[in-house]
Amino acid sequence: MRPPETGAPLRRLEGQLKVTGSARYAVEYALPETAYAWPVPATVARGEVRAVHAADALAMPGALAVLSHENAPRLGPADDPILSVLQDPHVPHRGWYVALAVAETLEVARAMAAALQIDYAADAHDTVLTSGHPKLYEPEQANGGHPARRESGDFDGAYAASAVRVDATYTMEAEHNHPMEPHASTAHWVDGGLTVYDSNQGSTKVKQALAPLFGLRPEQVTVVAEHVGGGFGSKGTPRPQAVLAAMAARHVGRPVRLALPRAQLAGVVGHRAPTIQRLRIGADRQGRIDALAHEILTHTSTVKEFVEQAATPSRTMYTSPNSRTTHHVAALDVPSPSWMRAPGEAPGMYALESAMDELAVALDIDPIELRVRNDPAVEPDTGKPFSSRHLVECLREGARLFGWADRDPRPRSRREGRQLIGTGVASATYPVLVSPSTAEACTEPGGGYRVRINATDIGTGARTVLAQVAADALGVPVDHVLIDIGCSDLPAAPLAGGSSGTASWGWAVHRACRRLRALVEEAGGDEVPSTTLRAFADTAGEADAASDYARHAFGAHFAEVAVDADTGETRVRRLLGVFAAGHILNSRTGRSQFIGGMVMGLGMALLEGSTMDPVFGDFAERDLASYHVPSCADVPAVEAHWIDEDDRHLNPMGSKGIGEIGIVGTAAAIGNALHHATGVRLRELPMTPDRVLAHLG
Amino acid sequence: MATISKPTVQHRPTSSEVTLRVNGVSHRLTVDHRTTVLDALREHLDHTGPKKGCDHGQCGACTVLVGGRRTNSCLLLAVAADGEEITTVEGLSDGEQPHPVQRAFLDHDGFQCGYCTPGQVCSAIGMLAEAADGHPSHVTPLPGTGSGAPPPGSPVPLTPAEIRERMSGNLCRCGAYPNIVAAIEEVAP
Repeated sequence: MRPPETGAPLRRLEGQLKVTGSARYAVEYALPETAYAWPVPATVARGEVRAVHAADALAMPGALAVLSHENAPRLGPADDPILSVLQDPHVPHRGWYVALAVAETLEVARAMAAALQIDYAADAHDTVLTSGHPKLYEPEQANGGHPARRESGDFDGAYAASAVRVDATYTMEAEHNHPMEPHASTAHWVDGGLTVYDSNQGSTKVKQALAPLFGLRPEQVTVVAEHVGGGFGSKGTPRPQAVLAAMAARHVGRPVRLALPRAQLAGVVGHRAPTIQRLRIGADRQGRIDALAHEILTHTSTVKEFVEQAATPSRTMYTSPNSRTTHHVAALDVPSPSWMRAPGEAPGMYALESAMDELAVALDIDPIELRVRNDPAVEPDTGKPFSSRHLVECLREGARLFGWADRDPRPRSRREGRQLIGTGVASATYPVLVSPSTAEACTEPGGGYRVRINATDIGTGARTVLAQVAADALGVPVDHVLIDIGCSDLPAAPLAGGSSGTASWGWAVHRACRRLRALVEEAGGDEVPSTTLRAFADTAGEADAASDYARHAFGAHFAEVAVDADTGETRVRRLLGVFAAGHILNSRTGRSQFIGGMVMGLGMALLEGSTMDPVFGDFAERDLASYHVPSCADVPAVEAHWIDEDDRHLNPMGSKGIGEIGIVGTAAAIGNALHHATGVRLRELPMTPDRVLAHLG
Repeated sequence: MATISKPTVQHRPTSSEVTLRVNGVSHRLTVDHRTTVLDALREHLDHTGPKKGCDHGQCGACTVLVGGRRTNSCLLLAVAADGEEITTVEGLSDGEQPHPVQRAFLDHDGFQCGYCTPGQVCSAIGMLAEAADGHPSHVTPLPGTGSGAPPPGSPVPLTPAEIRERMSGNLCRCGAYPNIVAAIEEVAP
């Protein structure tokens, strides 16, 4: 019997296109008479546009138009208020778009934007989150539909009675996704219909957003996202560039290219909101947790409510009979926060896993052993059994691979010249999310099969893994399968986000291919059928059915750091992760996903942070020279391993989703290693040299 | 936004003719003086292999080879590149055969979204030549400091640390660095 295609290290199907520069991204489609647009962000944090003086800009040779709330086409209703651009003079935050310059060339559009004179009536602004901010309130829900508050037992009583207590507050600055391809669109109107080549994580959703905005029926809109230069959440929802490009293209009657300048991204495509997280854990002398509270303070904008669900992992991770998990948010005059890789889990597990390390130190128990002693039999918050949970196995296997047994647990026990060396561990978790999808499979006239689904490959390897899923469902080698993704004219599919893409799309692809296989067998088997056979699948009602199981991926991170005792600079020497995330469907691209998440976690730990400037009311870091994402020299040996789980309570492929768990817990492992190296517990991200040095006596 | 006074009346020309030789083909172009080589390639010549990630010389996605040396094409004005020999990622393959660096990126999965990849590949090729020519990097041991220091001007051995240092002008937000380093190690002498 042929070995299955899923699980094999198949190379990316579009790899050749990407390494030769032939893959086309959103503003790389050559259309005749293309014009260029350049957006203009507000320079006040709160107020109103009084006047837009466009005469100088419009006098430039090559100028085509200046759009603002004064003259821009009126848009229909928007589900997401960030898409209602240039509709009124109100400025809800600095960076909000107030005008758009359109010109024959990119150079002229940029010069026009700089030459626009915009008068504002500015109001006082309020942009800095503090722990006692008067605008903090408890929302009904946090992001993802999670209840803002959960309580069980008597936390206060149990905590007060605990033999050993940890009470620590962890703070994180805002972070920005900064995919390498800035958000970009090329919009083109033909015969009243709209085609947008757009950089997004799900063009079905972009199409559904654009149609009502422009008074179109959905079938009049096509959104293409064949290749997307990363997203990490920031392209998960439709963004203003698609609306602005379509608006401009309609106004000037020509195709319009609009790539957002990097310096504008911090204000308009979301960020991971800053958090202030208080952790209180009470345990007995053997380390068994009796009381756990995880309380989140965060911000949102005045445009929309987005509440980083950072306390949710504490509802899943450890035994905690008396628990409290809460979220409070303040709506400030800041850009709208949004999804960034592992929203909720990434910041929440930084705090929880740092606090667990503090508890281990307080108890003088090995941090792995502490976690093992608190591994729950059922999910603490729901009481549901886990569909599979191999956290302990990840910790044990990671300890073996990393060489944990040799560790001297005393802080500051290893030194190499100026370098203080330490190692740390942290757990990881991410929920199994899945959404309904449709897909179509058909026979090809010359033999072979074609699968059609509006999945999006933002670098995950979706195209490749779906071909593998299809091949196994059809019972054929993967090179017999053609796969079409990345266009909203294909069968509708949910977005690439929440580590749910492969599960959601793969489920529908599997169903469609199984049906097609049955049709082929009815028609006589393996011979190329004379007519095209076609099968369709819609997993609504199946993929989104409630489960009796708590379904989560788990993992363990190990880090070794070297801290320069003179400068406070922390360098990661080794990262090792072991994950239990169901069946891994492509070992090559899967490993890359895990490693990529860990690298972003390294950035979260040591480099990445967006500072709120209280005077201007905006993030100070506006480019890649000030917002530091990890560079090649920052990233040493990174190893990802996994325990292949056989979990029958997930989907036909048995997969859990792997796009996000790599970032979850990495920062805690690095912070715990920093504590082991130096004896300093920082409780603040990123752990930059200035912050570390302040504690190194 | 600051108040901008009326632009001064422009008496001098704002565009010029230049010749760019791209992947062995000469192109005569009239370009705005503000046009970068990157925008000339992408917007005038439909060579969209070089990518615009930051337009500020901070990310390296636009890296091309100019006269064989790696260059951030977003920082080079087209009028300053008149007559230059430019090689983009599209010009590296030998017919259907990808360049060994491209092959190694495929074999080691040295990319995910692919947006930084053209710059990474061009940068790697330029970097290999720099090391072969004996250019030191920040992590190259200084001559006279003991083991590992190559004599001045002789090829610098490309250890993983050398590769990481020399490739740090090319950001990859997908975090493919370990695979990129493995790919370059494979083609390094």
